[in-house]
Amino acid sequence: MRRAYLLALILTGCSENHERIAEQSQISSADLRSGYEFLQPETQALQDDAFANPGYLWVDKGKALFNQSPEHGEPACSSCHSDDSRPVSKAAAHYPAIDEQSGKLVNLESRINLCRERYQGLAPLEYESDDLLGLTAYLSHLAQGEPVSVTIDGQARKYYDAGEDYFFLRKGQFNLACSQCHNEHWGDKLRGDTISQGHGNAFPAYRMEWQTFGSLHRRLRDCDSGIRAEPLEYGSETYTAVELYLAKRAEGLAMESPGVRR
Amino acid sequence: MIRISAPDTAFEGEVIELKAMIQHPMETGYRRDSKGEIIPTDIIKSFRCTYDGNVIFEAEFFPGIAANPFLTFHARASHTGKIEFSWTDQHGERWAEERMLTVS
Repeated sequence: MRRAYLLALILTGCSENHERIAEQSQISSADLRSGYEFLQPETQALQDDAFANPGYLWVDKGKALFNQSPEHGEPACSSCHSDDSRPVSKAAAHYPAIDEQSGKLVNLESRINLCRERYQGLAPLEYESDDLLGLTAYLSHLAQGEPVSVTIDGQARKYYDAGEDYFFLRKGQFNLACSQCHNEHWGDKLRGDTISQGHGNAFPAYRMEWQTFGSLHRRLRDCDSGIRAEPLEYGSETYTAVELYLAKRAEGLAMESPGVRR
Repeated sequence: MIRISAPDTAFEGEVIELKAMIQHPMETGYRRDSKGEIIPTDIIKSFRCTYDGNVIFEAEFFPGIAANPFLTFHARASHTGKIEFSWTDQHGERWAEERMLTVS
């Protein structure tokens, strides 16, 4: 009986531990720093060089896709977005945002896919496909230098709250929350790396570790598997909510895409 | 995708800078996928740049070369002619891009 009681105590202890929310901690706006500032000078130079930065391979691809009519005569993206009534120039700095038609939160990837389905009659592009990365790279590149700013009022509020909860939730075998590295220990070392503040303003970005270009959701999956938590699906509602929380948290930082990261 | 940086015009005798980048995974053949299977080697084997038909720069690539190989090199402009950049992978597939250089 006593043994069973102990076991029950240990089990509840464990599960409570996993659901615990990490202490609320914030980065003050004066301390706000882009991931760029935590890079080696060589990596910064690569990002700054508009020819050597490999991310521009995807920007070029996206630009071509944006302006070309799809195979069966559907309108090109540019046929709607060329005039000033639907400008796309700086839009990427203000995503994720609420899609008015469905009331759901969409990031740039989902917005592109919604456009394809609604106005072009095309199948959605797969996450991390070169085509979708190209289009997000092109649109984010157009917003380069624009300060990140997002709306978290109205219907967006519940997504923002969910994203914040995820950011402070301890998870995985290491029982770590995003906030423990990126709020409490930015600037410290994690093995050979300097821990950044975890902003998404350079994404989609070229990562050396990937040897290719990737979305913010791919980066979030890497963080989750790094703390040995189960990574969520690409484009999942939770990651999109986290993306909104991160964008609000990074508000004021300039868009850098195509960024180059370790 | 291929990215090329080359001047359109140059003076005779001028040293020009040429840059070339190609999108390619340069898969080493040493990595394994999530199921433990070896990911087969997929690399570009050679790069060649010709100026009016004459080879001015050549490079051999090996699995140690990073993805999306990027080369910068220089040449002396002597006469008006076509500069061709070409890459050939291990299966013999070839990608090429041309630029016209006008020398005055």
